[in-house]
Amino acid sequence: MSEIIKVGMADLKVCKSPDGVTTLGLGSCVGIALRDPVTKIGGLAHIMLPDSTVIRNNSNIPKFADTGIDALVRQIIAAGANRGRLVAKIAGGARMFAFSNSSDMIGVGDRNVEAVKKKLQQLRIPILAEDTGKNYGRTVVFFPETGDFVIRSVGKSETVI
Amino acid sequence: MEKELSVETMSADYVDVLRELGNIGAGNAMTALAQLLNCKVDMKVPQVRLLEFKDVGTLIGGEEQIMAGIYLAVEGDITGSIMFLLGKGSARHLVSKLMGMVTEGEEFGEMEMSALMEIGNIITGAYLNSLATITNLKIFPSVPSLCVDMAGAILSVPAIEFGTLGDKILLIQSQFMDEIELDGYFIMVPDIESYGKILSSLGMA
Repeated sequence: MSEIIKVGMADLKVCKSPDGVTTLGLGSCVGIALRDPVTKIGGLAHIMLPDSTVIRNNSNIPKFADTGIDALVRQIIAAGANRGRLVAKIAGGARMFAFSNSSDMIGVGDRNVEAVKKKLQQLRIPILAEDTGKNYGRTVVFFPETGDFVIRSVGKSETVI
Repeated sequence: MEKELSVETMSADYVDVLRELGNIGAGNAMTALAQLLNCKVDMKVPQVRLLEFKDVGTLIGGEEQIMAGIYLAVEGDITGSIMFLLGKGSARHLVSKLMGMVTEGEEFGEMEMSALMEIGNIITGAYLNSLATITNLKIFPSVPSLCVDMAGAILSVPAIEFGTLGDKILLIQSQFMDEIELDGYFIMVPDIESYGKILSSLGMA
């Protein structure tokens, strides 16, 4: 019997086929799913902020794109995945509220997506698919067995990337 | 000397002050709502909670629960933002009442969104007004923005703002009743300098 493991906000989890990982209601945060297609070991991180180095109180590792992805990669390898085979899919980074005077915080979704892409590029992990930006929330479920990244949003039909 | 302030290291006194401000603010907001709807609105004593990010969704009934969030920026002597959250059922009830007709369907139409925005505007306006009166600070709200979506997604916005300061979020839960029980939540995110200003204006810093 397979299980779906839940990942909270500023959290990350590793899982192995046939289990899946999910995170509910991604808004401006970004969900990063990593997978080794051979061992079928994968994981999901739910990051909130782009950069740990600009914030003094940065001890919460899964909260940031840079430290969160590093930690997820480490844990997936520790679980038996091969570093060179890792591939990624990402979702989230929405702009939930439209403001005319766009303050710094409102564009944080875009900045999160950018930071995630930059970090994955540094680590040479290819991004196979993404569903990012726009103005709505997303619930995501990732299955390391197939690599399917299922995305559900309010008032929209379910998509698989 | 400036002490580093985060939501985690707040003193019990300080949380009490915020709770009291939250109480008064929510009370004023409900009075404004009662006047708008021209009916009696009862409210329970608001609960002020300091929550970890991962527990926020659970408290308000699950991350995938559909809610209406009204969000606006605050400027003036203090800066930051404020959000008022309302469950979808509660939102629909208030909109029907304000528009004097029963609305149906899954989605909110343009008129309904506009009514909801107005409700949010009045509620947050009353809340901020009482805060400004007590602290004697100038507080100007921006034009509000409305979003109807999953609770987790809406809450990610204030959570990210709190996230730059610490790992917890301060939530004021106010339950109020007219014919049915309605659940509303205020989330106030003053930036770090504003915390100090609020406290010193009350003679506490």
